[in-house]
Amino acid sequence: MINYIPRRFTVIRDKDKCVNCGCCVRQCSNECHYFDDDGKTVLCNSNTCVACHRCVDLCPTGALRIEKYVCDYNENANWTPQYQQEICRQANTGSTLLSAMGTPKPYPIYWDHILLNASQVTNPSIDPLREPMETRAILGRKPEKLEADKKGKTTTKMPPQIIIETPIMFSAMSFGSISLNAQKSLAMAAKELGTLFNTGEGGLHPDLYNLSDYAVVQVASGRFGVHKDYLKNSKCIEIKIGQGAKPGIGGHLPGEKVNVEVSNARMIPEGSDAISPAPHHDIYSIEDLRQLIWSLKQLTDNKKPVSVKIAAVHNVSAIASGCARAGADIIVIDGFRGGTGAAPTRIRDNVGIPIELALAAADQRLRDEGIRSTVSLVAAGSFRCSSDIVKAIALGADACYVASAPLIAMGCHMCGTCNTGKCNWGIATQRPELTKRLNPEIAHKRVINLITAWTHEIKEIMGGMGINSIDSLRGNRLMLRGIGLSEKELEILGIKHAGE
Amino acid sequence: MLKEGQIRIPSGCAIAAIIDKKGNKINGSEIIKSISLMHDRSNGLGGGFAAYGIYPDHKDENAFHVFYDNVEARKTCEEFLFKHFNIDVAERIPTKPVPSIDLGPDIWRYFGKANRVRMKTSRLDEDEYVAQCVTKVNNSIEGAYIFSSGKNMGCFKAVGYPEDVGEFYMLDRYEAYLWTAHGRFPTNTPGWWGGAHPFNILDWSIVHNGEISSYDTNRRYIEQFGYICTMQTDTEVITYLFDHLLRHHNLPIEVAADVLTAPEWDEIDRMPEDKKEYFTTLRAIYSGALVNGPFSVILGSNKGLLAINDRLKLRSLTAAIKGDRAYFASEESAIRIICPDPDKVWSVSGAEPVFIPLEIEEEVDE
Ligand code: SF4
Ligand code: SF4
Ligand code: SF4
Repeated sequence: MINYIPRRFTVIRDKDKCVNCGCCVRQCSNECHYFDDDGKTVLCNSNTCVACHRCVDLCPTGALRIEKYVCDYNENANWTPQYQQEICRQANTGSTLLSAMGTPKPYPIYWDHILLNASQVTNPSIDPLREPMETRAILGRKPEKLEADKKGKTTTKMPPQIIIETPIMFSAMSFGSISLNAQKSLAMAAKELGTLFNTGEGGLHPDLYNLSDYAVVQVASGRFGVHKDYLKNSKCIEIKIGQGAKPGIGGHLPGEKVNVEVSNARMIPEGSDAISPAPHHDIYSIEDLRQLIWSLKQLTDNKKPVSVKIAAVHNVSAIASGCARAGADIIVIDGFRGGTGAAPTRIRDNVGIPIELALAAADQRLRDEGIRSTVSLVAAGSFRCSSDIVKAIALGADACYVASAPLIAMGCHMCGTCNTGKCNWGIATQRPELTKRLNPEIAHKRVINLITAWTHEIKEIMGGMGINSIDSLRGNRLMLRGIGLSEKELEILGIKHAGE
Repeated sequence: MLKEGQIRIPSGCAIAAIIDKKGNKINGSEIIKSISLMHDRSNGLGGGFAAYGIYPDHKDENAFHVFYDNVEARKTCEEFLFKHFNIDVAERIPTKPVPSIDLGPDIWRYFGKANRVRMKTSRLDEDEYVAQCVTKVNNSIEGAYIFSSGKNMGCFKAVGYPEDVGEFYMLDRYEAYLWTAHGRFPTNTPGWWGGAHPFNILDWSIVHNGEISSYDTNRRYIEQFGYICTMQTDTEVITYLFDHLLRHHNLPIEVAADVLTAPEWDEIDRMPEDKKEYFTTLRAIYSGALVNGPFSVILGSNKGLLAINDRLKLRSLTAAIKGDRAYFASEESAIRIICPDPDKVWSVSGAEPVFIPLEIEEEVDE
């Protein structure tokens, strides 16, 4: 069948190097590589290649290379090849375009337009190798003031708090959208790093019950996998209202990924699509959110902080403040560049606003209302490196959620086809032959390495600023300067321009 | 060029303080002698003093010290003060010409009690009423600046070296049980008298040495509660933090000091359970009020004197005791010149605040 769309990549095999071992044939779930009729010579068909590099990285002789397939169209700045191809895809199938991972569109990334400060002369920088440098953060609702009649003793009754040793947590990725091995790797890493992982809306697999002290368990509109023990076996409960990659719509797990294990964890029939409703059908307004928060708290004897995750949309600051007033202990804002296992392309690429602006606006709004210090604010939606995190904390975040970065540490190459369930790296798939490729013992160490390295970098950057505690970085916008930003952007970010 | 308040100007400094905990009076010449020894730590761009117990005849009234840039400003400000307070005395603060001090603003002093009727209708307690009136004048009357507003205390400051400022105000004519002094080394020349230190609000006065790196975190924390940091100085934000913790949250002064210089987690984790809980709770609630970077701070009040130093001890601060008196200074020599033979001398360590309470209760009639 002709599908009117040229292929995207060409697989190039160096015949001089290839020893026809067949490794690539076994590795590519997209069936690009195959044995010739002679049963000995390896050949390939590039049409279904997604550039995941699994074959490239595993070829023992380094014979493989993936190249972008260039096939020029008649030039037209409006009708770009991408739009033409998307139209053809829809003409072929008649369905909504689906995509995975964060939007690839070149929207402004404000992290790249913000510069950090360092001390010189008037204020010494601090050497993180020689001096203590604190990255511990405490999340949860705080009373307005301390009750203490004398030094050394307090009578304050603290609501439940979460202590994390680095301001980086693992964002929601459900078992179902990712493999059990992938989720287990994150959970094991979270335990060792003293931080948290997040179950997403996929329930908690029995294999992870022993790591539930490091779990944020999600309650999403589909209520998949939600039961009393699930809620009680957790560190924190997160009500998912929205997700940055697809604000306004619910989660979507294609039936191909729902095997027996996933169906048990989610409490849904095997093979059925797990489609969460767009809204929570018991939350049509802010008062309803309040009721859900309180019932979750009651169910867990007020022992778990309840967080509310919202997508960064236009009115995000008012919504964040509403969530705080409805009783959320932690507010998570997910920016529109955030990743996803599957989202309608048009929504992913067009709905929502960047986390930088959403975070800056929400933090300021909560301060204007005098309630910022009583709730925690967590930012999500694409942190690529430690300096992105430093900038987010200086804008006002208590901590950041990361997901794509630890996946990349485990092997993900951002091929953007998680929704097909054929992830060659054993991450976004449930096929046993693929998931077994991901060894949690190895993968969790790689994730620990990554977060440890980032935490070190955060300490170095803080030391350079003359700060030895993350508490003094939080909301410290004077440490930030914009570069190449308009007056309006600077105003929303609440920062000055470089040189000012 | 932008003046202080429109821009943040980093500065280094010298600080000194003396307290007699029995309330016996100390002449102003002593503190001048102490601070002048540290001449090199200032650069002539700001000096000042705070003195407690100097107005026994007006001890129940607020003493407002005001800088005026012009007559117009004085008229507007006086109109405001006369309306909101029952002013007993309005006079120029006596000064004498000192060659090194340029012609500055017109400096006035007023003694008066809050106007009861206005205060009651505003539904504020007296402290809040006074604080809001001062903020109002400083933010809305161009050319008028109230730089001191406490009871039975006063700040005296100018652009100049501290010893010259002391001479200018003739501080040897004042007797106080508590003195603090400040010499400034700004990296920039604001040339504005209001920018000199101590910084004062109600009975609290602060002298501070250092440049804090947590400035904007602290500013954005405190501005949640209605404070406006117009001066953009560390001293201002630290003063507001203390004012908020002591007056609005009713914390004992040592607890407030713990908030600003909380110990490190490493240390807290090793503490016995109740102390661990105390510091963990304190740090969780007041993470925005933790002060970071090099600083030493002396807080004067009618309850006593508090000295704190940064967590890494990046700024020097020495303390000494002799009989009923306690001395503090950026350098030990500045203490020894007025107290050659102290009973005890030590260096104030980071995260270990020193509080010298005043042992006599000042009688305040209600
Ligand atoms: S893995 Fe490499 S060496 Fe083996 S068949 Fe494929 S290209 Fe040839
Ligand atoms: S899809 Fe991945 S494994 Fe298959 S050919 Fe392309 S790069 Fe290699
Ligand atoms: S998780 Fe797998 S399928 Fe998804 S982008 Fe990464 S490599 Fe591709």
